[in-house]
Amino acid sequence: MADGGIGASTKRREDLRFLTGHGKYTDDLNVYGQLHMHIVRSQVAHGTIRKIDTAKAMAMPGVVAIYTGADFEPVGGLPCGWQVTGKNGAMLEPKHPVLAHGKVRHVGDPYAAIIAETLDQARDAAEALDVVIDELPAVIDMKDAVKGGTLVHDEIGTNLCYDWGFIEDNKAAVDAAFKSAPHVTTLELVNNRLIPNAMEPRVAIGDYDGSTDESVLHTTSQNPHVIRLLMGAFVLGIPEHKLRVIAADVGGGFGSKIFHYAEEALVTWVSRKLRRPVKWTSSRSEAFMSDAHGRDHVTKIELATDMQGQFLAIRTETYANMGAYLSTFAPSVPTYLHGTLMAGNYKTPLIYVNVKAVFTNTVPVDAYRGAGRPEATFQLERVIDMAARELGIDPVEIRRKNFVPNDAFPYQTPVAVAYDTGNYQATMDKLVQIADLKGFESRRAASAKKGLWRGLGINCYIEACGIAPSALVGALGARAGLYDAATVRVNATGSISVLVGAHAHGQGHETTFPQVIASMIGIDASQVDIVHGDTGRTPFGMGTYGSRSLAVCGSAMVRATEKIITKAKKIAAHMLEASEGDIELKDGKFTVKGTDKSKAWGDITLAAYVPHNYPIETVEPGLEETAFYDPSNFTYPAGAYACEVEVDPDTGKVTICSFAAADDFGNIINPMIVDGQVHGGIGQGIGQALLESAVYDADGQLLTGSYMDYAMPRAEDVPFYKVDHSCQTPCTHNPLGVKGCGEAGAIGSPPAVVNAVIDAINRAGRKVAHIDMPMSPARVWAAINA
Amino acid sequence: MYDFNIVRPKTVADAVKALAEDGAMALGGGHTLIPTLKQRLAQPSVLVALSGIADMKGVSAAGGVLSVKGGTPHGTVAKEAAKTYPALAHLASMIGDPAVRNRGTIGGSLANNDPAACYPAAALASGATIVTNTRQIKADDYFQGMFTTALEPGEIITEVRFPVPEKAKYQKFEQPASRFALVGVFVAKYADGVRVAVTGASEQGVFRWIEAEKALSANFSKAALANLTASADGLIGDIHGTAEYRAHLVKVLTGRAVEAA
Repeated sequence: MADGGIGASTKRREDLRFLTGHGKYTDDLNVYGQLHMHIVRSQVAHGTIRKIDTAKAMAMPGVVAIYTGADFEPVGGLPCGWQVTGKNGAMLEPKHPVLAHGKVRHVGDPYAAIIAETLDQARDAAEALDVVIDELPAVIDMKDAVKGGTLVHDEIGTNLCYDWGFIEDNKAAVDAAFKSAPHVTTLELVNNRLIPNAMEPRVAIGDYDGSTDESVLHTTSQNPHVIRLLMGAFVLGIPEHKLRVIAADVGGGFGSKIFHYAEEALVTWVSRKLRRPVKWTSSRSEAFMSDAHGRDHVTKIELATDMQGQFLAIRTETYANMGAYLSTFAPSVPTYLHGTLMAGNYKTPLIYVNVKAVFTNTVPVDAYRGAGRPEATFQLERVIDMAARELGIDPVEIRRKNFVPNDAFPYQTPVAVAYDTGNYQATMDKLVQIADLKGFESRRAASAKKGLWRGLGINCYIEACGIAPSALVGALGARAGLYDAATVRVNATGSISVLVGAHAHGQGHETTFPQVIASMIGIDASQVDIVHGDTGRTPFGMGTYGSRSLAVCGSAMVRATEKIITKAKKIAAHMLEASEGDIELKDGKFTVKGTDKSKAWGDITLAAYVPHNYPIETVEPGLEETAFYDPSNFTYPAGAYACEVEVDPDTGKVTICSFAAADDFGNIINPMIVDGQVHGGIGQGIGQALLESAVYDADGQLLTGSYMDYAMPRAEDVPFYKVDHSCQTPCTHNPLGVKGCGEAGAIGSPPAVVNAVIDAINRAGRKVAHIDMPMSPARVWAAINA
Repeated sequence: MYDFNIVRPKTVADAVKALAEDGAMALGGGHTLIPTLKQRLAQPSVLVALSGIADMKGVSAAGGVLSVKGGTPHGTVAKEAAKTYPALAHLASMIGDPAVRNRGTIGGSLANNDPAACYPAAALASGATIVTNTRQIKADDYFQGMFTTALEPGEIITEVRFPVPEKAKYQKFEQPASRFALVGVFVAKYADGVRVAVTGASEQGVFRWIEAEKALSANFSKAALANLTASADGLIGDIHGTAEYRAHLVKVLTGRAVEAA
């Protein structure tokens, strides 16, 4: 293996520019002659726009144009990329206008765009805008919303977007199992609404070139090709060859930068109209009320068991908040990314999931790190813990008892998906070891001496990653394919540029992808560079989310590299005067089998571009190959997590003492980067469990509209993690045997933390069944003193 | 932010003169004012930066009194008060983060009188004297409710004088998001009695818990608080905690401050 190949903990080469201030973030870019856009946003949650008089604002210094919803009536709405079919047919899909027209539907809903020479001039003009909005009653609570009354979208006559039963044909059998079950555990819980808070707020710059009729959109996106397709085809009507989307360095996304946002369409449309570049940069305050939020489910879950803890059936009813409009992939999150994971790591034979998606006067909700899978894992692992307590069974044992056994793979779940491989006992064994569960009682005694209640939380998780098989998701309502693409461009001297459809915004692709090629060819990874984030340079790929980059785009890269190697062998065979079948590639050298005759990688690549001694009659010159890869199944990373906490009974404050994660990600390219991904994910999960929550009051005002009230996790809130990914059952259907690791930590950690807190309280003799997240000191104190 | 002028006087007298202008505002460390300006929630015509006035910086001790000049940053107090008044130094060392502590000033904090700020608790519990360019104000007269003080327009805090107690401690329970005090309690024991000041908890800003002061003056131990209950009347209730929770914390933190003093 060459240095820096598969399995090496190579340090992230991209960090040099990130850490020295040389990253190329979109806000760092200023285009000559650019105008600035300020968005005027609703301050009320729901209201009728009576008047927007722009005359006075237009007369302000530097103001070039002001646009309102009326200007966008002929333009398409922001499209939704996923159609869910519910019990009563297709979901209801009200128009999501670029700028609100007629009504505003959430605090932050944009209704005017002011274009001026400077940003301050645009903001001054916003204050001169003469606007009358008659406030309407707001509908915030989902259970109120489904009763009718106040409607977010009058034209659809209901706030219920869809009512989805999964799998409807199984419902009768599930209900029957509950009727005869020896024991039923019921839990109602909230999966709290989160605000993604990427370090870099969103930015969009529209730049139209009249000489070529081409528009360039620079944007903070996780998937530039998807934005080009959605905005070009569905919103603005610009064909692909006249639209280029560039997302250079992006400072974190966590899902919130997957979606097509109004501001992207605005700057593109306005720059075409005014024939000048237009820039918009979100303030942090705007980000709180305009980036799609995450989670926000209210769920009732029931688990039927026998008295020995064997799972017999699961039944759930979930209300999923869509917010005021359907964001790009919102409908898929509570359905196909949630219902399909309700089997977890267990062989529960009967499962029925009901999801009611609801419109409310709140910011749209969409995928956020984990997207549906954290919600599934949380409810399942909480109810299992509760059942274990009710039945007096150890929480590790009840899980072991119900695991899908190793000899059952591939395992067809009762909720559509089929797990290709896994070894859940092994990850649990590893967890028991690294978390030192045997030592818990002595640690608990030590905590008790300090007056603190110590608790241990255990849980497992499984996720469906490597998103996704196109035909399967198409049948489930996706309006896009979810393959990916890579072009491997070998240069004359042997260096390689790989143009990928995936997009890196923290994942380290620029380091890990070259490691794969380095191993395949036997050259140093420094010979390989990744090009991403520019539809003008990269093949059509679907971007990065759903822990898909390596499993899907990486597989495309492998396929393209295989084509390169096949062609290079033909060239080598010609040059070495041997037959193609006798050529071996090892350590960057093509050798004739059983001889010492060889050509170096660079000799062959040079010949491809200087084809003098070359099989020109049968082999084209050049060395560049593209592959598109469509996975045949999801991948199923899985693991077991343990968290230990101390609860201060006087204040309710929870301190995380330790956190251990035993993950099975299949094969691993760069263990250090995997560690980092898991660390970050657990940190976000701890944030959800203890700190973060987007809170609206009854009028729809966002009470957590800044860091003064929205609590982000900080270094002091998280422990040093113990992570292990030595349990590896390689994915059986992609060439690298990889599963994906980006979301695992965020999916697996919230139930571990909550289980630990509930355990601590119950061990201290207080009967508390559940506390909703975030488990703030005030909530924990109230629960133990109830 | 809107356009404004800024002046940087070198003396208190020049600062006072500059503040007499219509629409002038004093700028200390700026940790409240600058975010307010960025949100366009204030439109001063001129900012009078106090940071260039050498005479408004420094910590000194004499005759059982610690003097902190009004423009002294928290970080300086954390270092230079550590020997004379460790509880005050500890409080200063826990405000915000290093950047905040290097810019934010004691005068700015006391003039703003944020109901969750730390310094008001120290000043009130210490029975400090707030010295301005025109007069001396007793802490008991100075704090007049949330964001309200005895300061007249244009008046500048030039110095704060803390009588050094025999024993003292500040206990802060952080609001999870802002890390301001959800409740903060400063307990200071003097020869003539104990003073207990509470920040973060009340709709009226910092206040003294008189019942606890009486009990602790008689017996400076946590046990002395056993039969007391802090009243939830008039306390803040919000998404981070109910009034009852804050009242409970007042008692817990007072006990911890006494134990740690």
